Amino acid sequence: MTISTPKTMYEKLWQSHLVEAAEGETPLLYVDRHLIHEVTSPQAFANLRFHKRPVRHPERTIATMDHNISTRSIKIDAAGEGAANQLRALGINCKEFGIELFDMGHKNQGIAHVIGPELGLTLPGTIIVCGDSHTATHGAFGALAFGIGTSEVEHVFATQTLRQNKAKTMKIEVKGHVGAGISAKDIILAIIGKTGSAGATGYVVEYCGEAIEALSMEERMTVCNMSIEFGAKAGLIAPDQTTFDYVEGKEYAPKGEIFKQAVVDWTNLKSDDDATFDAVLTLNAKDIKAQVTWGTNPGQVISVDGIVPSPEDFSDPIEKESCVSALNYMGLTAGTKMTDIQVNKVFIGSCTNSRIEDLRAAAGIVQQFQGQRVVDNVDAIIVPGSYRVKEQAESEGLDKIFTEAGFEWRLPGCSMCLGMNDDVLEEGDRCASTSNRNFEGRQGRGSRTHLVSPEMAAAAAITGHFVDLNA
Amino acid sequence: MEKFNTHTGLVVPLDVANVDTDQIIPKQFLQKTERIGFGVHLFHDSRYLDHEGTQVNPEFIINKPEYKDASILLARENFGCGSSREHAPWALQEYGFKVILSSSFADIFYGNCINIGILPIKLSEDEIDQLFKLSPNAQLTLKVDLPNNIITCGELSFKFSLNEFQQYSLENGVDSVGWTLNKLDTIKAFEEKMPAWQ
Repeated sequence: MTISTPKTMYEKLWQSHLVEAAEGETPLLYVDRHLIHEVTSPQAFANLRFHKRPVRHPERTIATMDHNISTRSIKIDAAGEGAANQLRALGINCKEFGIELFDMGHKNQGIAHVIGPELGLTLPGTIIVCGDSHTATHGAFGALAFGIGTSEVEHVFATQTLRQNKAKTMKIEVKGHVGAGISAKDIILAIIGKTGSAGATGYVVEYCGEAIEALSMEERMTVCNMSIEFGAKAGLIAPDQTTFDYVEGKEYAPKGEIFKQAVVDWTNLKSDDDATFDAVLTLNAKDIKAQVTWGTNPGQVISVDGIVPSPEDFSDPIEKESCVSALNYMGLTAGTKMTDIQVNKVFIGSCTNSRIEDLRAAAGIVQQFQGQRVVDNVDAIIVPGSYRVKEQAESEGLDKIFTEAGFEWRLPGCSMCLGMNDDVLEEGDRCASTSNRNFEGRQGRGSRTHLVSPEMAAAAAITGHFVDLNA
Repeated sequence: MEKFNTHTGLVVPLDVANVDTDQIIPKQFLQKTERIGFGVHLFHDSRYLDHEGTQVNPEFIINKPEYKDASILLARENFGCGSSREHAPWALQEYGFKVILSSSFADIFYGNCINIGILPIKLSEDEIDQLFKLSPNAQLTLKVDLPNNIITCGELSFKFSLNEFQQYSLENGVDSVGWTLNKLDTIKAFEEKMPAWQ
């Protein structure tokens, strides 16, 4: 009898997708699901055409229009000529290569990382890739999911495989339970604050512990979504009953006996009890407070009851220098209370926080402020992640809560997270944003982004500054 | 893909950590459907004083006349973090960079570089520091020898390593898609054993 070595979930996913590990070659992995959008796919299609190569498994690829689209109009031309060209090219490419496309106004259209899960395209135990770094979102299901470049998009189109070096493994355990009012966004921002923005480069991270197990699927997606923001190749959460209940009955998910067999396989995915990880990080959930970024990378984050740090707080010379330049760009003075920072823009949306639970949470805060409206000098927009989310929110009357309080209720899309359409900040604007990146210029040249949860963003819209909702 | 063997070129020192791909090529330039036309927009927000890109920022190091012909970019840790956009390495390549030196690279960016024929070289923080100390005082020219995995600059030399297949691909300009398509039988055999739900 041989005793098998205990394996992590990542190792199990790797083994089950290893097509070939030939001598002298990077291992070849099978890709189950490929999500594409208009921005990172056209050059890959062009190369296929040049080499006269087909898409090997068009049924394993799903296309959506999300990055470039207008959130004010359903018209393909509404976000400018460049966007329209790219959107039309996606339509032409999908038709030519036989790929299913959710185009403008389709009931399934939305942000790739929102529609994958809600349609049951995202399944545990699979490898999912997309030409977008926030593909890590799907790791919430126990899928190995990661962003790829356009050359790799082409490789997946032509072969349904990808060459990948094996990553190291990191376990991040969040012990105990978070306090009332602490969201999944706060958990992941607190983790990134601890590791720094490159703390997991070269690793696949597995999130575990009571605080993670207690999360809903949508909350788990928020956590995994930001794995790339501290450099991780992917983020994983072990599938459990919460996962299976979410997947069951979704449009593209397996049905009947096949679903039952899948659940058996998925149940075995979790890391073995005595599996070893290359690195381990432990946090106590009760120590996590509501988070706000103060700098220009997601690792530059602090609790809302804290103050803007000073370069003197950092011993590492590079971090010190990064602090100096971040404070300069952000127009902040060390020592300022985070709750004294005034904003003039609020964005609730993006693949991090645009799902129905995010919108309910934001609406809940609006209602707590009992009839108060978005302050005069603030423009606040709500961008649902998909048409399904939008429809659900409207059926619950959330859109009314928002619009009556002075928020703009927009059409789905990536919107101001990256500002490829006209949802762009002006120079000097300061935005409370539920997105994932606070990089210089990300939401518009010279604009300043503070990453927060939907609850914090809603409160900032109504008061004009950050609020410690748990004080 | 062009083959990479040795390259001798001028180094431009960009003394910044965590250079993200949004900085390398901002979003407003991602609407092309071709692979060309990105070089002129490289580092747009730093390189130009105005949004339209008509006024060159003379303070930005890459714009300084002495670095006009640089083909090797030296940067601090975590270079290429953030968005997976391959437009970033396309922009760097079209501008004229063939080699990037840093103490660490974001994973997706690193792979994207190799896939288009840019050589990303990871050195230790100390070695990167030595290069930064040399570069402001002199026009630093480096010789990068990929087959022997060594960088030389006068008396100074540093070894570097690369994954075996990535090294082979760069040296031989491998068409990675074509390479894998030769393995179609192995892929098909794998597919036949997959469970029904997958």
